[in-house]
Amino acid sequence: MPGSDGKPVIEIRGLQKVFAHGDTEVAALENIDIDIHQGEFVCLMGPSGSGKSTLLHLIAGLDNPTGGQCRVLGQELSDMSERDLSRWRNEHIGFIFQSFNLIPVLTAYENVEMPLLLTGLSRKERGEHIEAALGIVGLSDRLTHYPRQLSGGQEQRVAIARALVADPDLVLADEPTGDLDAKSAEEVLTILRKLNQDYGKTIIMVTHDPKASGYATVTRHLDKGQMLPL
Amino acid sequence: MLIPLKYNLRHLVARWKTTLVAGVTFGLVIATFIIVMSLARGVEQALTTTGNPLNVIILRPGVESESQSQVAKDMYQTIRNYGGIAKDETGEPLASPEVLTLVNKPRATDGKASNVQIRGMHPLSLKIHPALRLVSGRMFTPGLREAVVSKRIAERFQGLKLGERTRLGRGEWTIVGVFDAQGTAFDSEIWADYQEVMQEFDRDAYSSVLVRAVDRAAVGSLKTLVEEDRRVKLTAKSEQLYYEEQTKTAKPIKAFAVFLAAIMAVGASFAGMNTMYSRVANRSREIGTLRVLGFTPMAVLASFLIESVLLALCGGIVGCLLALPINGLATGTTNFATFSEVVFYFAITPGLMLQGMAFAVAMGLAGGFFPAWAASRQTALTALRQL
Repeated sequence: MPGSDGKPVIEIRGLQKVFAHGDTEVAALENIDIDIHQGEFVCLMGPSGSGKSTLLHLIAGLDNPTGGQCRVLGQELSDMSERDLSRWRNEHIGFIFQSFNLIPVLTAYENVEMPLLLTGLSRKERGEHIEAALGIVGLSDRLTHYPRQLSGGQEQRVAIARALVADPDLVLADEPTGDLDAKSAEEVLTILRKLNQDYGKTIIMVTHDPKASGYATVTRHLDKGQMLPL
Repeated sequence: MLIPLKYNLRHLVARWKTTLVAGVTFGLVIATFIIVMSLARGVEQALTTTGNPLNVIILRPGVESESQSQVAKDMYQTIRNYGGIAKDETGEPLASPEVLTLVNKPRATDGKASNVQIRGMHPLSLKIHPALRLVSGRMFTPGLREAVVSKRIAERFQGLKLGERTRLGRGEWTIVGVFDAQGTAFDSEIWADYQEVMQEFDRDAYSSVLVRAVDRAAVGSLKTLVEEDRRVKLTAKSEQLYYEEQTKTAKPIKAFAVFLAAIMAVGASFAGMNTMYSRVANRSREIGTLRVLGFTPMAVLASFLIESVLLALCGGIVGCLLALPINGLATGTTNFATFSEVVFYFAITPGLMLQGMAFAVAMGLAGGFFPAWAASRQTALTALRQL
């Protein structure tokens, strides 16, 4: 696996992203260079519009850079087709959204099962993975609950279980505590730290909450599309 | 890998109000399609189930129906002596001259006049005609102005009930019996003595001659005999084939069903499309999430297309349920081969309901494709941002 030989799991060199709005162009990211290694818990911080979410989307292959290189787990993502990117994301990336993004008509169990439907696992094997993932986030007793029956904190924990159930190489979290109260935010951050420390997951978290950075092993700041020096 | 079906099914239930509206819209189209098609099917059934496989009908060449045909009296004498004709217990050949004409009678419902076929029959006819069952009264007496009427015709026209006297031709006739011809074309007829009918309607020739062949092989040889006999210059066909050919009456009804359903289907497909566009717009974040989780654009397209088809199938079920109560009801239309009223039954068959469901699937696909395509073309990020 990339990273196990000491090479970074993410190598970003001279990365640029420019958005065109009519005749005007806005540079969201300019000349970003960063290496992220296996087992790191990286916190990307910065004010709104600094480009931190854009960077996360490029790492997840959800958007294409306008310049530079973005090599993730040894793959240059801009070379991949939409279909290949979908498969790649399913195999390697666990994504946590600010607004949880659970499917409202599916139970906690079924929501967590979604990424596993794209794997070759049997129903029994899927069940074992789901129960283990929901156990890690402390929701073993909420398997049959629908999102509307859960608190915001619980919903985000289900979303974390969904992100880690397929055992991804990278967990990407976009403002995971942005919609939560302080207590729930702390629970979520504690789980993320546990995933990093106990399960060795490489995590990249975007946040503008200074307290959240205390849970990460590395914190990088962005401002106006540029990565500030360490 | 496809997005699981329960995702679509539960969304149909969760948004039950729009599901209901779309389902009823599709349902009305399907019900209309099934009902009009069942009219055509009813006409076909009435005509194709008529006739005995051993009966041969002999007509003037080039005519489409008995009412346009003429067979001279002396020809009948030639025909009844052909070999291959079955005989009754007294040794009499089962060959019956028949006279068919039209009478104009007011309908029971709206009083508007319509043509009804009156068949003058030889006493032997009753031994040749299948499926006749008197349900009340008695058979007409030869030599008297008496008639028996089919149960359906008695119900649908004024003055044709048992015991009533009615004008048929010049004089008054008495209805002495009511028969049930079990859904065949004879359910659209009045029967009386052939000599009385000929006299009443100034006819000096028969319309046709009906003969019973001894066996199936004799059906073909009788046909050849008739057509090769230069003395009679007539044509013959099996009674079943004769009635099957009259099913052309059903063709314009079928064409109307397809035309009407097609127009309504365009409207319903647009309604379905509107519903599906709104579902796609409301679930933009879910689409984005599914894409981030690894589901391909094709899986998203398939999922929304399946949902549209499921929605239309709900409509299909509603349509079948709406149409089902008319199954077996009797109605009538003009038989364009005879220009008389043909009575038949709405026939909502399983096959017709399957056709209705297949039609629903087609409407679901037509209405769902563009919204599903739009859903699948969104990038994950675009979908996630459309909140």
